[in-house]
Amino acid sequence: MKEYNINHLRELEAESIFVIREVAAQFENPVMLFSGGKDSIVMFHLARKAFAPAKVPFALMHIDTGHNFPETIQFRDELMDETGTRLIVRYVQDSIDQGKVVEETGFDASRNKLQTVTLLDGIEDLQVDCAMGGGRRDEEKARAKERFFSHRDEFGQWDPKNQRPELWNLFNGKKHMGEHFRVFPISNWTEMDVWQYIYLENIKIPNIYFSHEREVFVRNGNLLSVSDFIPMRDTETVEKRIVRFRTIGDATCTGAVESEANSLEDIIEEVAASRTTERGTRHDDKRSEAAMEDRKKEGYF
Amino acid sequence: MSDKTSGYLDMELLRFTTAGSVDDGKSTLIGRLLYDSKAIFEDQMEAIEISSQKRGDEEVDLALLTDGLRAEREQGITIDVAYRYFATPKRKFIIADTPGHIQYTRNMVTGASTANAALILVDSRNGVIEQTLRHSYIANLLQIPHIIVCINKMDLVDYSEEVYNKIKEDYKRVAEKLNIEDVRFIPISAKFGDNVVDASEYMDWYQGSTLLNLLETIEIVDDRNHQDARFPVQYVIRPQSDKYHDYRGYAGRVASGVFRPGDKVKVLPSGLESTVKSIDTFDGELDMAFPPQSVTINLTDDIDVSRGDMIVSIENSPKVEQEIDAMICWMNERAMMPRGKYTIKHTSNEARCMVRDVKFKVNVNTLEEVTDDKLVGLNDIACITFKSAKPLFVDPYKENRITGSFIMIDEGTNETVAAGMIL
Ligand SMILES: Nc1nc2c(ncn2[C@@H]2O[C@H](COP(=O)(O)OP(=O)(O)OP(=O)(O)O)[C@@H](O)[C@H]2O)c(=O)[nH]1
Ligand SMILES: [Mg+2]
Repeated sequence: MKEYNINHLRELEAESIFVIREVAAQFENPVMLFSGGKDSIVMFHLARKAFAPAKVPFALMHIDTGHNFPETIQFRDELMDETGTRLIVRYVQDSIDQGKVVEETGFDASRNKLQTVTLLDGIEDLQVDCAMGGGRRDEEKARAKERFFSHRDEFGQWDPKNQRPELWNLFNGKKHMGEHFRVFPISNWTEMDVWQYIYLENIKIPNIYFSHEREVFVRNGNLLSVSDFIPMRDTETVEKRIVRFRTIGDATCTGAVESEANSLEDIIEEVAASRTTERGTRHDDKRSEAAMEDRKKEGYF
Repeated sequence: MSDKTSGYLDMELLRFTTAGSVDDGKSTLIGRLLYDSKAIFEDQMEAIEISSQKRGDEEVDLALLTDGLRAEREQGITIDVAYRYFATPKRKFIIADTPGHIQYTRNMVTGASTANAALILVDSRNGVIEQTLRHSYIANLLQIPHIIVCINKMDLVDYSEEVYNKIKEDYKRVAEKLNIEDVRFIPISAKFGDNVVDASEYMDWYQGSTLLNLLETIEIVDDRNHQDARFPVQYVIRPQSDKYHDYRGYAGRVASGVFRPGDKVKVLPSGLESTVKSIDTFDGELDMAFPPQSVTINLTDDIDVSRGDMIVSIENSPKVEQEIDAMICWMNERAMMPRGKYTIKHTSNEARCMVRDVKFKVNVNTLEEVTDDKLVGLNDIACITFKSAKPLFVDPYKENRITGSFIMIDEGTNETVAAGMIL
């Protein structure tokens, strides 16, 4: 290795820290969106690195669909306690109770899409001018088009056909009243990079990422976890399988994968050998060809 | 962990971009590169097979792997940059697939600004055309160190060596005029995969390497500057805790040069001198910091330093200037206003500026300087002089891609209207 060389993970880390510091410097009231999934855990870890020995100078915000894996919530609360970080939680249930959104019905009902309204309301109420998200460009084809600093109009909408140019690492966070930004510090990371980094840095993650026995049923080729939130059809049957989660989102639309991987090394080998993307386990993306683009235009994460 | 996965921790990173006119096959080439190097997942392939069938295409359109927006798929063109990632056992790649249409030149510049190599595509039926010249000019202006000219659609010209040689000669003349140092040529068919990952069966006359092979082996010239120590201060860290009561750290990313504890430094614009006390990170102190690391610098003296200031070596400083000459790419529908006022973003610094003069515009067809037309509009490349309201700490872009670059922002719309490279 040459004298002044760092490997690609350290290069990605340096880039993300730069972006997070830029947010703290350019915005008055930023928040970091935190779902309890591996990407937001890594993003938060990078934020701690960016400001040490000081605390992270912004709050985390969780948009809670109410359809959680209990392990994720417990993990979240422990992490906040340990690091002394302020957490804001906004509930989709509140948006439903206030009549701002109508709950979907039927077997494939999901609160995933409703989150957008809860998120935008939270941003408006708290006068948030920038929300950082753990989205990565390798996740999905519409995300592959996103800038680091992504401008949102006063309705919280993304205009993918008319994005601001983004040159070098000179980020333009200027906006008018009522508008805000979404910033994606780990844009350039791949799923593999995230796992390698978790391994390298020994970062704690919720245990449902590791292999465990779980009651599941098969729907559209996905293994969904049996829970009170997901009505089952008569034709669907409960089975016990050895599974783990490759992504953690809303429980109604996140599928498990069969896996024996119970260490980070195992997971990394599994990801290296995988022939499908992690979003292949996400029900929400399969609704239509441009499902993600449409949701993002409306203001989704 | 097996060797296969642990090797991944120590890979080199190459960032490259595509360029060339609309429909020359840039997105198809990236799709082909990903497909033939087995970087496409089954569910992604299934999805584009279905889309291609729906559109009535006979074959799977590999461009759909990067053309991810609805409007792009409907029109069959690229509108904005798509970023794609893949790794071979040799290297890890970040690809920016950019649009060829002149209307979206700003998105091409966006993708190209962070690249170490550019693939310039030429349709073998059309040869070198205006958009090829414009993109070559921009790639060169941005100082992308390696240019690979992919002469594409060879299947449509009977894989003719003559056609290839003619285009190669034409482009060489352009490269000479532009002073492009490292340029290479490959005859390919993006659609059928000739010379992309696997060597072509139809072009025995070509003995050179395939595209992937070239990407895996080009020497990544270390285009980072390790001579001139420059540290733009991004953020001041002042913990609100008893333990770190007197802590004052300057957070930022090393732009160039190397910093070590004990180094004598100067802070701009005040000119006050001090010494690096420590280089801090979350994981402890470092004994040196170099680009592109993000660190926190502590100084021995308690002097006033804030965002926008720059910590530099006392032996070698950037120029501290208010009257600056630069090349710009104009990226907005609203033309540049003569004597107009804009906000400049340069490193972590921000200043208002006024455009003093347009020295010349570049005619991308003839590559000549035009001095009798001062109107700088969308997609124009020009040389300007501007005056900033406060001093900027600058190096020529040719010597320093970070302290030599800036953007211009329209104060009314907040849009980024120009990319600038300091002369
Ligand atoms: N016959 C043949 N057709 C090709 C080849 N490469 C691309 N094409 C076709 O050329 C058309 C345009 O290809 P794209 O890859 O979308 O072109 P592009 O350069 O990405 O275009 P923009 O991004 O809009 O600038 C498509 O119909 C491709 O199938 C090739 O090598 N041979
Ligand atoms: Mg294209």
